[in-house]
Amino acid sequence: MTIKGKAYIAGAFEHPTRKADDKSVALLHAECAKGALEDAGLSIRDVDGYFCAGDAPGVMNTVGMVDYMGLNVRHIDSTDTGGSSYMVHVAHAAEAIAAGKCNVALITLAGRPRSEGHSGAAPRMFPPNIPEVPFEAPYGPNTVNMYAMAAMRHMALYGTTSEQLAWVKVAASHHAQYNEHAMLREVVTVEEVVGSPMIADPLHRMDCCVVSDGGGALIVVKPEIARSLKRPLVKVIGAGQAPRGQNGGKVDLTVTGAAWSGPRAFEEAGVKPSDIKYASIYDSFTITVLLQLEDLGFCKKGEGGKFVSDGNLISGIGKLPFNTDGGGLCNNHPSNRGGITKIIEAVRQLRGEAHPKVQVKNCDIALAQGTGGSLGTRHCSATLIMERE
Amino acid sequence: MATQYQDRKISAPAVYPENKPYWEAAAKGQLLVKKCKACGEYHHYPRSLCPYCFSDQTEWTVAKGTGTVYTYSVLRRGSPTPYAIAYVTLDEGPSMMTNIVDCDLDTIKVGQKVQVVFKPTGDGSGATPPMPMFKPV
Repeated sequence: MTIKGKAYIAGAFEHPTRKADDKSVALLHAECAKGALEDAGLSIRDVDGYFCAGDAPGVMNTVGMVDYMGLNVRHIDSTDTGGSSYMVHVAHAAEAIAAGKCNVALITLAGRPRSEGHSGAAPRMFPPNIPEVPFEAPYGPNTVNMYAMAAMRHMALYGTTSEQLAWVKVAASHHAQYNEHAMLREVVTVEEVVGSPMIADPLHRMDCCVVSDGGGALIVVKPEIARSLKRPLVKVIGAGQAPRGQNGGKVDLTVTGAAWSGPRAFEEAGVKPSDIKYASIYDSFTITVLLQLEDLGFCKKGEGGKFVSDGNLISGIGKLPFNTDGGGLCNNHPSNRGGITKIIEAVRQLRGEAHPKVQVKNCDIALAQGTGGSLGTRHCSATLIMERE
Repeated sequence: MATQYQDRKISAPAVYPENKPYWEAAAKGQLLVKKCKACGEYHHYPRSLCPYCFSDQTEWTVAKGTGTVYTYSVLRRGSPTPYAIAYVTLDEGPSMMTNIVDCDLDTIKVGQKVQVVFKPTGDGSGATPPMPMFKPV
């Protein structure tokens, strides 16, 4: 069975807040749900499937949030793969719709790490019984130094430079200047990125995404419902997932799970990388983008540095417009999980509703790529391909 | 510029029954690595069931304690002292997460030869197992 054409993204909403001092995480989830339903032209009573991940504050994630929002659903899914959870949720929603388990699926993400004072340079905390923790936690792994080790290895193997990585941030900043909600709207230069403070060699502050409050929601529906609504039709045509870890010690930090999730999604969709008009690429760090672009097949392994340089990711200038909302690097990384905003901007592009300065012409096929967890240890890649009908 | 290694407080590892011998050997200054008798592969972090063939015929072997830096990163913000996290590829084959210590952290290079040293954890009294770390040869 394939999910190609079995489900449509009918509603998408990104919460405008970037600092939510006055709201609870549960309320942010609910406001996102309300926004996405209004965007789709549907009511909370139409929702019969609910999907959320570990950022949801309810007891048992879905169960508590179903109670909080007063949902009446017959299908739930709390799959958590970190920042890529929401690509997985869209795929799972399409599977559930295809199997007749639900007709209108709601997916929410929200969090307020900025208000709560989270930092990517602080140690990650782990619950007991995780098998690898005794062999890793005492060494001080955190979010930044794990991705930094992937960057360092790529530099040593392929000669990738800090200036090349900086181009990823430069391109994101070019897009963010047009997004009134973006946390960082100032256009930056390669020199400014490599001149920003070193956090963990070789990643500078501007190689890192923002820590922001906010959230987003999506409504995934069966084809008959999508056609009854007044919104442009955004069809789900392919999805792939791939967890990747240390492989028993045969560690290769230069290859992400996208090397497997990408081909799975392209095969299901029946399209090639060259067919993609717009790509949302998870950008926790500049290196995250570079590695995923290689693994998705937009360029050869090792050539990502060259590929992202000279504005090649800037809409209207380069060959592959990416993250036209400013991405996690400049716009928003709610709950330290950017997956849902990647899908939302891809939906905007396919509908022709992106900012006019960054809207890709004839944007008929778009990709949203997520990475959850840590490229330095273990992560889950998820790829989603969508088509305007 | 130089960033001399400084000792930092290292959290004690949780000792699960599956890996007690690893920590007991560490206390004696030995680095153990698991080898599978069925498929012949070494692996790390250690498991009772081989992650390559799922055989339960895995055994503890004493590693040479030497290897090369696969990758590393010196954390310069958000920590009271800078430190170098790394993966070191052991001469036996597997790469393990570790710290590079006892050197100028600005001189670490990918591909550099290193050897194991053990650093105390917890309150430093020896009540908790030490962690294997690596210094330049």
